[in-house]
Amino acid sequence: MAAEKKAQTPGSRGGSRWRRTKASGTSEGTPGNGTAAANGTSGRNGTGTAKRRPRSGAAAAASSARKALVALAAVIAILAGVLVYGVTTDRTGWAPKLALDLEGGTQMVLSPTLQGENSGQDISQEQLDQAVEIIRQRVDGAGVSEAEITTQSGRNIVVSMPGVPSSETRELIQTSAQMAFRPVIVSGPGAATPENQRTDPKSIPQPEGEPENSSDPKWVTRDLFARYEALDCSAPRPQEERASQPQDEAIVACDPQSNSKFILGPVEIPGTDIATASYAQATNSQGHATGGFAVNLQFNDEGTQTFKELSERLYGLGQGGQNGARNRFAIVLDGSVVSAPTMNAVITDGRAQITGNFTEDEAKFLSEQLKYGALPVSFSIDSEQQISATLGSNQLRMGIIAGLIGLALVCIYSLFQYRWLGLVTIASLVVAGVVTYLAITLLGWGANYRLSLAGVAGLVVAIGQTADSFIVYFERIRDEIRAGRTIPAAVDHGWQRARQTVLASKAVNLLAAVVLYFVAVGNVRGFAFTLGLTAIADLLVVFLFTHPIMVLLARTRYFGNGARHSGLDPEALDAVPLYRGAGRLRSPEDGDGLTIAERRRRAAQQASAAPSSAAPSSAAEPGGNASVGSTAATARPDSEETQR
Amino acid sequence: MSNRLARFGNDLHSGRTSYPFVQKRGPWLAVSLALVVISVLIPVIKGGFNLGIDFTGGSEFTVSDVSTTDVSLGERAVAETPGAHEATVTNIAPGTVRVQTQQLDDDQTLTLKNKLQDAYGVGEDQVTSNFVGPTWGQGVTRQALWGLVIFVVLALALMALYFRTWKMSVSAIAAMLFTIVITAGVYSLVGFEITPSAVIGFLTVLSYSLYDSVVVFDKVRENTAGLVDGSAPEERRKRTFGEQVNLAVNQTLVRSINTSVVGILPVGSILFIGAYLLGAGTLKDLSLSLFVGIIVGTLATLFVAAPLYSWLRDREPGVREQTRRVLEHRTGEAPPVSADPVAV
Repeated sequence: MAAEKKAQTPGSRGGSRWRRTKASGTSEGTPGNGTAAANGTSGRNGTGTAKRRPRSGAAAAASSARKALVALAAVIAILAGVLVYGVTTDRTGWAPKLALDLEGGTQMVLSPTLQGENSGQDISQEQLDQAVEIIRQRVDGAGVSEAEITTQSGRNIVVSMPGVPSSETRELIQTSAQMAFRPVIVSGPGAATPENQRTDPKSIPQPEGEPENSSDPKWVTRDLFARYEALDCSAPRPQEERASQPQDEAIVACDPQSNSKFILGPVEIPGTDIATASYAQATNSQGHATGGFAVNLQFNDEGTQTFKELSERLYGLGQGGQNGARNRFAIVLDGSVVSAPTMNAVITDGRAQITGNFTEDEAKFLSEQLKYGALPVSFSIDSEQQISATLGSNQLRMGIIAGLIGLALVCIYSLFQYRWLGLVTIASLVVAGVVTYLAITLLGWGANYRLSLAGVAGLVVAIGQTADSFIVYFERIRDEIRAGRTIPAAVDHGWQRARQTVLASKAVNLLAAVVLYFVAVGNVRGFAFTLGLTAIADLLVVFLFTHPIMVLLARTRYFGNGARHSGLDPEALDAVPLYRGAGRLRSPEDGDGLTIAERRRRAAQQASAAPSSAAPSSAAEPGGNASVGSTAATARPDSEETQR
Repeated sequence: MSNRLARFGNDLHSGRTSYPFVQKRGPWLAVSLALVVISVLIPVIKGGFNLGIDFTGGSEFTVSDVSTTDVSLGERAVAETPGAHEATVTNIAPGTVRVQTQQLDDDQTLTLKNKLQDAYGVGEDQVTSNFVGPTWGQGVTRQALWGLVIFVVLALALMALYFRTWKMSVSAIAAMLFTIVITAGVYSLVGFEITPSAVIGFLTVLSYSLYDSVVVFDKVRENTAGLVDGSAPEERRKRTFGEQVNLAVNQTLVRSINTSVVGILPVGSILFIGAYLLGAGTLKDLSLSLFVGIIVGTLATLFVAAPLYSWLRDREPGVREQTRRVLEHRTGEAPPVSADPVAV
């Protein structure tokens, strides 16, 4: 038989039509020589005469497979290295960060609405960012630790915090933040005056008579001054403080940026009188850039008038020299002074410029605060969810159990379906799992990504979708084996086709994930994120692990020869060799619709009946209702070449 | 089992066994259309969907680890809370009771929470509260619809580019819409609650359905390449366009089965855990819609996408001409008599 085989090889390779009078039992045992020769190995052969003829193509494939594996190992090693670095330097933990529904806590979704006459308008992104900033300060000020405030789809604000917030905190979050301009009466450093240095309240003269204007020191009562001295700007602001800022009375307030505190007169101009604010490079009186930045402020008609009067008074106080800080006015946002400039001129046209040693960022920030003040926002709680920590960890445990069960079932099924080839699926899933774990943990560290229950569900669902890439690939390989290719050739060809399919289908998955992520709200985002992440991890694994492993496995005796339980057994797959007894070759396109047994019988019949006759006839009936004459299936030995 | 499926796969691959997805496309498409009409009618007749509180607005309390799931305890707790009424108390899973009321304010929420703790004798940690304003669900729905529209447009373009024919795009999208409508119909029929998590599931089903169609269409494209202009290998040309499409669907049938099994297994385990151990919630809602959607989605590719595609293509003169040529060729030459009876 071995001798016969050798004799066949040149005939089939040469592509000439070449007949043998005797149809021997080799019909199904004979390797597809056309393929085998081209790929450097001879195919499966029961007599074990398989002889390797390594060619540069196969060797190159194996070497690029090894390179791919090394690349994957490098990617994993780098990710793991970063994580180990993070953990050892105590910057992050081993576990991914968990979202509120798994960790327990409260989540509030706030929807901001513009107040007053602008209530119908949409909220700009800048407004929203300002609102987030204000809420963050309020929540921090209320002493709630680890609160997280984010925006959602450019419309809502999500406040997540551990535990259950008190009703005060809840109210605090909902109240609208107002901006106001108040004149400064007294200012000083932000620290509380030490107890023993405080002024005796009795030594402060209780003011007599009504204050003449909002800058009048008569606003400073004993009580107010005592509060001023006791005020410590570095301490968290007590919640009552904000409530005790009536519009028409003097107040105490802090400027956290410059760490100073003030006694301020009643509101002169409400923030809503601001028409617009911007920032630009500051110029001196000659019009040259000074290098710093300035904030330009424009009032509306009403504001222009009031500001004119305010500037006249404050400028006048500044000229007197004896009036301390009373030539300054404070811009107060949500109870805190954001800026307290000195009035350097009388401004009659409502166009004020605030200069100082602003950097561009500071100027931008202040102008955005002023714009925010022009359109104050109030919040209503759209939804609120409270999840206890025990329920959260319970849900996480259940999610993980579900994942493990699902994983185990998928593993069992693929072993069933693909025999030992199923191990490749399992190994690939493990690698995909490792990559996903590293990505999620690192994203938790770097981008504060938090895994939610929907995200866990996304991961579990992804097991199936990831495994599907391997199914597509394996089925393609099997198709190629069925068409009569040797196993290394089938891996090669199957990959070229499967790769396209996998790329196209994963592109659809990624598209869905990206669209969901950018359009959707809340939980949907977490889910979309994990779906997208796992799709990428899947692609990475298929290209850098599954395929290279298959290339290398195809070179082993066990898989390369299609051993019985390898999952690639040509006999079990009913492979039709490219060279089919009776001296005829067939194209891999064609199935002749017969089982091995049928073919054997057919071959035997023909051998006895018409030794030199042409093809066995067959009746493939594609589509169930059409008969196709097999005469059409004439030898096309070169079809192998045209395919390439 | 494996062997049998492998043999089944062998037979499908060679065309020895073949299911007439394309040949019987008239009936399949008619049945599909009828199912779509029914799925649209069900919510109309039943008066809509069973919407969760995320869409209707309201307050919801989940009491877990209870020793008794007597709903009357919860009802009494609601009755004792001033201002709370419209209570629906359900036992959603072993040891878990859910109480839904109209939207409560903060004080009422805290009061009812305490009363529920006392009524069921559980600690503070076992009661979870959730309150949703009526606008929240609208926002979610609007965003989901936007997501759907954007996704469909982009997917149409992506697939048209990849397959170089809009007909595949249209067929795949039709199968996807079929999937979503049928899934929604099932939801309405059974009365499953629609929550934001279920909506997430629906959206994922869209992606799954398209994904499935892309895999099958990739094989279709391969099988039908060069068929119309005659550049295909001879063996392929002896089948009509429709037959090649059908062969492709049959050849990928084992993959379709394996894929849906592998897809269903993890989803099923979430569903089991979610429904039986945790009760209603994210896991159950999400996996239920996926469970229904994956099954419908796989069927949609087979019975909607492929038949529709062949129907769309059969209207082209080139494809008609190819079909006519093949059939003529066939009747012209007497089919050879096969020595063995071949099962069809």
